Amino acid sequence: MSTRQFGQPIKRNEDPRLLAGRALFTDDVHLAGMLHVAFLRSDLAHARIRSIDLGGAKERPGVAAVYTADDLGEYWQPGPLLVPPPPVEQLEFHPRTQVPLAKDKVRHAGEAVAVVVAESRYLAEDALDDIFVDYEPLDAVVDLEDALKSGSPLVHDDLGHNINARGTQTKGDWAQAEDAADLVIRRRFHYDRGTAAAMENRGIVASWDDKSQQLTIWDTTQAPIAIRNGLAGMLGLSEHQVRVIAPFIGGGFGPKIMMFYPEEVLLAWATLQLGRPLKWIEDREENFYATTQERGQVHDATMALKNDGTVLGIKDVFLHDAGAYAPYGLTLPISSQCTLLGPYVVPDYHSEFTSVFTNKPIVTPYRGAGRQHGVFVMERLLDIAAEELGIDPISIRRKNYIQPDQFPYSNEIIFQDFTQLTYDSGNYEPALDRALELIGYQEFIREDQPRREAGGKRVGISVVSYIEGTGIGPYEGARVTVEASGKVSVATGVGTQGQGHYTSFAQVVADQVGVAASDVHVVTGDTDLFYWGAGTFASRGAVVAGNAMHAAATKVRDKILKMAGEKLEAAEEDLELIEGRVQVKGVPQTSISIGELAVEANPMRGAVRPGTEPGLEATEYYGPERGATASGVHAMILRVDPETYLLEIEKYVVVHDCGTVINPLILDGQIQGGVAQGIGNAFYEQLHFDENGALLNASLMDYLLPTAADVPNIVSDHMETPSPLNPLGVKGAGEAGAIPVGALFAQALDNAFRDIGLEVREIPLSPNRLFELVTEASARGNA
Amino acid sequence: MKPAAFSYHAPRTVDEALALLRNYGDEGKLLAGGQSLVPTMNFRLAQPTALIDLNGIDELFFIREDNDELRCGAMTRQREVERNGVVKRIAPLLHETMPHIAHAQIRNRGTIGGSLAHADPAAELPAVAVALDAQMYVRSVTDARWVAARDFYVGLFATAMLPEEMLVEVAFPQSRSGSGWAFEEVARQHGNYAMCGAAAVVGLDGKGAVENARLVYFSVGEGPVVADQAAALLVGEQPNAEAIRAAADTAASQDIDPVGDIHAGPAYRRHLAGVLGERVLTRACERAAGAEGQ
Ligand SMILES: Cc1cc2nc3c(=O)[nH]c(=O)nc-3n(C[C@H](O)[C@H](O)[C@H](O)COP(=O)(O)OP(=O)(O)OC[C@H]3O[C@@H](n4cnc5c(N)ncnc54)[C@H](O)[C@@H]3O)c2cc1C
Repeated sequence: MSTRQFGQPIKRNEDPRLLAGRALFTDDVHLAGMLHVAFLRSDLAHARIRSIDLGGAKERPGVAAVYTADDLGEYWQPGPLLVPPPPVEQLEFHPRTQVPLAKDKVRHAGEAVAVVVAESRYLAEDALDDIFVDYEPLDAVVDLEDALKSGSPLVHDDLGHNINARGTQTKGDWAQAEDAADLVIRRRFHYDRGTAAAMENRGIVASWDDKSQQLTIWDTTQAPIAIRNGLAGMLGLSEHQVRVIAPFIGGGFGPKIMMFYPEEVLLAWATLQLGRPLKWIEDREENFYATTQERGQVHDATMALKNDGTVLGIKDVFLHDAGAYAPYGLTLPISSQCTLLGPYVVPDYHSEFTSVFTNKPIVTPYRGAGRQHGVFVMERLLDIAAEELGIDPISIRRKNYIQPDQFPYSNEIIFQDFTQLTYDSGNYEPALDRALELIGYQEFIREDQPRREAGGKRVGISVVSYIEGTGIGPYEGARVTVEASGKVSVATGVGTQGQGHYTSFAQVVADQVGVAASDVHVVTGDTDLFYWGAGTFASRGAVVAGNAMHAAATKVRDKILKMAGEKLEAAEEDLELIEGRVQVKGVPQTSISIGELAVEANPMRGAVRPGTEPGLEATEYYGPERGATASGVHAMILRVDPETYLLEIEKYVVVHDCGTVINPLILDGQIQGGVAQGIGNAFYEQLHFDENGALLNASLMDYLLPTAADVPNIVSDHMETPSPLNPLGVKGAGEAGAIPVGALFAQALDNAFRDIGLEVREIPLSPNRLFELVTEASARGNA
Repeated sequence: MKPAAFSYHAPRTVDEALALLRNYGDEGKLLAGGQSLVPTMNFRLAQPTALIDLNGIDELFFIREDNDELRCGAMTRQREVERNGVVKRIAPLLHETMPHIAHAQIRNRGTIGGSLAHADPAAELPAVAVALDAQMYVRSVTDARWVAARDFYVGLFATAMLPEEMLVEVAFPQSRSGSGWAFEEVARQHGNYAMCGAAAVVGLDGKGAVENARLVYFSVGEGPVVADQAAALLVGEQPNAEAIRAAADTAASQDIDPVGDIHAGPAYRRHLAGVLGERVLTRACERAAGAEGQ
């Protein structure tokens, strides 16, 4: 019998190439006559440009061209608004999007002001030093609350204020909840900025071929198809004249689906001007300014509860840092708003946000994408409420979980995919129980902690729950083709940045077509190989592209069986597909290989009958009506050095439910990588902007990423509550690892310092910040 | 992040290097392991006209014992110092310190002379050199002199060397019998520059009282900071927990005056100085007592 490959921990098809250094990344593209591009970026966060003096830049030997905004003419346009405002009532929205090169004013440090094209990157950077920009420095908008005060400097002068958007969403009646409450708690929570710091920075190679009239672009983008369509439109080319290839990419995490980066717009244009291929590889310093970032929010949250811990309602009013431009519309604040409710029944909810322009780099979704904040606020409120009510933190969660028979569960407000926020399925308590068991909760609380505390140690435990809206529309497609060799090729439009798509998609197809996953060759991210698609974001690859794969593969299977039935003179029901052959069940002698069928389906003579298509091929699309809601529980035991405030994670448990699992090995990798990023976010990574909007730590020397020594081995387990919304029953898993980690750190630290009443209400933390918080809490306790 | 243009020179002898250095003066830069210099050049913070590469000068690569002293050529790789048996025997404090400097990959390339000459206020080696009373051998075309480590460091990234001078060798005296040592630092991650670090050397007299003590901090000032008041407090005392705590408190509150940066504010730095002072003095005294007892 053929073994099912879906669900198996198959090793990744792409790894041999990656590990041996044989995978093509953008910087590996070398073309004859290629020139190199460097950008002059503003040192100031906010300044008017009085004039730009190119000095001797253009005349410097080896320099091919120097451009400023004025050279772009009509081509100079602000980027598109990528996501229009959702159908939420009471919405105020003032979109402003990024420009290719700053014209009158720079709005964040690192904004590009001029471009140099030269024979080498060295020469291009030398020429940057020749250019003098006469800036009139302006006060910078840095703090979110100050930005809204009258008299604040303005990021976009024409607006007259710094409000990007305001919106309110409600469910039930908060006032009623507040009236009925036994306990109302109010707190302010801060979440600050970080950067995704993908291992590979961005990069673009653009090449115009005059003879074929073709523009080819290699781009580290998560959305090659949208880039093709957009650039073709901007340049006045047919979409068929533009080929965008997103080759292997060293991590995307969201910022690589920002559209359009000025560099994308400019390289495509400049190669047409110069008739020579161009390359720009972002360096690490540029990455700190020119690649988008995320996570600045301030929440004023109120929770109403009964004495028994039942949550009656939540009111949350928050500010969201949009940065200098907001191409993603309201995606992030809406995501925070929708994720906050978590796996809990919250009858009354009032959530109000203001998205604020600041003189800081552009904000777009980064792994977690607004969800971290929602989870942090909710989980912290529950912890604080539990403490005040004298209930343990586990019971308060258990008490408020949505029960398995309540699905589909509607939260009534509008989700980031513009549908009503509705959880498709879930089963939260078993995941909680499993996490408690794996972390050894009872033993820790009863024995380990008291014993170790008696010995002068500080150790804390934490357990948090979260949900993750995943797998949203609009759609993705896939084409599955059986080749004459009997191998199967699959094409889809989503880009891939290390998620293991070459394997998980192969597994989905392999089962239908009856071949080994290693015989399924997946191509992603080449617009010449698949025309339609949206991109890799919102933990949607497996759900949306995966189900398109499944649909196309099923159709190919039908074709195979129909053809084989005719050839072998057998009824289709009597046939089975095993190891690349179709055989009559139980009669392996009567069989034919799918390769032979593929050859016959594409004959050299005779006629293909009307109404049939040549080849064993099918293209299908899948668009989910709404997102699938994944969920999980993380638990941690944390040791704090009470003298130095350094932390050590002693144990980390993840119990995760993303519906049906395609490949547990890849899933574990996704979760572990996410947790590592979450740990960085919670305790190491923080972008420090001064009051002028200057970034003080724009290098990996001072922006600390978690290393192998900081990330523990993670114990993980999976629950499978299939999604009823799609045939495979899958839910997304890409962001889950990263989302609840801040809340987990906060709870563990509170627990370790419960004797002094520590209450952590901010992320990221650091040893220095922890020292300050503990010192303050001790002083309060002694006062 | 590409350096500005420079000319490159690869002398084979110290004399050649010194001649080049005199020739280029301020415009020339010596290239040792490149682990600090090359990043600053890539950021174009340093734009030397000429790079004088010391990596081809064999006479600068050595570790030897000479009259009870440890002698290290300036170009000796940090990794070599870390693994060398003579270093471990003669200067155990230096040996104990080496693994805290950056990561193994960087120590493979980084040199003892480069680190000492670079005078980063957060670097381990300058503080340890001061704690051990190391002597720096400095040469120019016209001059050659020994400078005590304590006089060598004169400010932020600044040493007593003139632009045409070069650090050729460093000598560490043999650790005295009856003395103990200790090193400790707090870095946010292993291999990063420390937020605070301390090295201590303590000698006890025949009665077990402290005869001499030196406590040196780094990453709390413009260079190595010697906690003289703390040491003075300790001398003549029995090294018990109270005496050590009092000394460490004095070091943290009197001897140092740290400024803050994005990783550590002044209050936290002072706090760490107290914690580390106590830890290294305690361990140094224990080791000294152990050595006495033998
Ligand atoms: C990621 C990273 C982490 C690091 N962490 C630490 C750390 O934790 N602690 C630490 O101390 N260091 C750290 N370093 C720096 C490292 O130790 C360097 O090796 C050291 O600072 C400089 O030594 P070098 O041989 O590389 O010198 P170079 O970088 O080649 O030179 C440094 C400077 O000294 C001058 N110089 C070099 N040799 C001489 C000489 N013989 N005479 C006069 N001047 C000379 C050069 O001209 C230059 O100005 C780190 C470096 C990196 C990249």
